[in-house]
Amino acid sequence: MGKGVPMEIITANNLEKYFGTLAAVDGISFSVKKGEIFGFLGPNGAGKTTAMKMIHCVSKRTRGELLVFGLDTDKEPRTIKQRLGVVPQENNPDPDFTSFQNLVIYARYFGIPRTEAEERAEELLDFMQLSEKRDAPIETLSGGMKRRLIIARALMNEPELLILDEPTIGLDPQARHLIWEKLRHLRSLGCTLVMTTHYLDEAERLCDRLVIMDTGKILVEGSPAELVRKYAGGEIVEAEASPEITACLKREGVGFEIFGDTIQVQADEPQMVAQILMEKCRGERITVRKATLEDVFLKLTGRTLRD
Amino acid sequence: MAYGGLSGISRGSLAVWRRNLDAFIKTYRVNFIPPFVEPVLYLLALGYGVGALIQDVDGIPYPVFIAPALVSISVMYSAFFECTYSSYVRMYYQKTFDAMIATPLSIEDVITGEILWGATRGTIYAALMIPVLFLFGVIDMPTSLLLIPFAFPAGFLFSAIGICFTAVTPGIDALNYPAFLFITPMFLFSGTFFPISILPQTLQYFAFGFLPLANIVNVNRAITMAEFSPMLLYNIVWVLLVALLFFIIGLNLMKRRLVN
Repeated sequence: MGKGVPMEIITANNLEKYFGTLAAVDGISFSVKKGEIFGFLGPNGAGKTTAMKMIHCVSKRTRGELLVFGLDTDKEPRTIKQRLGVVPQENNPDPDFTSFQNLVIYARYFGIPRTEAEERAEELLDFMQLSEKRDAPIETLSGGMKRRLIIARALMNEPELLILDEPTIGLDPQARHLIWEKLRHLRSLGCTLVMTTHYLDEAERLCDRLVIMDTGKILVEGSPAELVRKYAGGEIVEAEASPEITACLKREGVGFEIFGDTIQVQADEPQMVAQILMEKCRGERITVRKATLEDVFLKLTGRTLRD
Repeated sequence: MAYGGLSGISRGSLAVWRRNLDAFIKTYRVNFIPPFVEPVLYLLALGYGVGALIQDVDGIPYPVFIAPALVSISVMYSAFFECTYSSYVRMYYQKTFDAMIATPLSIEDVITGEILWGATRGTIYAALMIPVLFLFGVIDMPTSLLLIPFAFPAGFLFSAIGICFTAVTPGIDALNYPAFLFITPMFLFSGTFFPISILPQTLQYFAFGFLPLANIVNVNRAITMAEFSPMLLYNIVWVLLVALLFFIIGLNLMKRRLVN
């Protein structure tokens, strides 16, 4: 990458998307830097997928500014789309063809010459560990294989930016780990990745930076570690909830939260809190664990079901 | 988008067309049955069965009268169904369009590719029927080879009309409405199995003013019988203009459905 190539792969300023009077994306600003994995987190309906669709030029913004590779998504969709890869939420391999044919036919949509497309298809099947399924009909592939095929397909044009909408949704742990490894490998090659996920452990492992969205707005932005430190503290002490314990904690002046049948105390000195719980409050099933992104997420977006 | 969406079309539409051709070739055995079997069945049952009760139509033996209609009908059905049920399956169930527009292809490319393919499929069917009809001795050769180039605009017209319905249908079942209320009546009343000239004058005007198949049958009948009249110029221009009209309408309806 020479000079003049913007280090900001995506720049969004006050980006808005309305469906009728409903603001799906309600004035968000963010930027994605070259070579990082950037995450969009948020409950269903937060506007993550809509934001992603605007980035890959299939949904038009209502207002605001959106640049990808420094180009306006409204004005140069073809040029932008030529340089990015998209892994949609729903697997959509072409069921009329085999894995290999899927990749080669997809390459045609980019105008990639046939021999080059065939070479890349073989490489990518190998990269995603699908070579055995090269000539298999799509309906014989498992969910994890289909997902890997869709990722392979998104890489056919050697994209500088890869957009993944819930890359590991519904996969078994083996498949998820394989995909994580491949995504990190792509980052190491200089590819920029933007992803949404509902799996907060996944976001914590993969994302260099992320935003948590709700009702079309960005609530917070930062690295997973920063966000955990800032919003969830160091550790969480949990115990089974009972009226006696809540009364006791109040007496001792320890702040807490109740979620269903669990009491949670956010603590920088967990030993002390655990001791109070055990000795003074006679709490049951006391556990001490590290605060996670999930704690941050639930704290910021609440526990109400969204759909 | 300027020019009614036509400026959004690129060479990429050919990649969409090619994808459909590849899928068609993959299942060629089943795809090649209709154009061989249909004319044989229709000719035997209607041409020679019903035809035995009919002396002739304006001096033309009945099988010869219906032969060009069979080609026209085959083009209509293959093109229309390709761009209704099949396109709908690709668009809604297989999410093939979604995959395509995530690449440099535009919606206009995708829809143009679909319509070009529908027209091509109609043309392939017309071409495959010619040897069968020739063996029955019901079409004039070599003039009837002209059926092939005319099948393309005819198929394009039906594909474009089909895409319009696909763009507005709430679900795949609702595609039965145009199939039964538009295509089936047209199949029967377009000078296919009886001449339009026996209809009341107003209906004749209606047929040539509004029914695609009536105009197409008229051209194809002139071709298979090698008898040409100035009326054909009207029929051909009508087919081309209406094809363009529905093509533009289809592009815009699809853009409205798929871009949000």
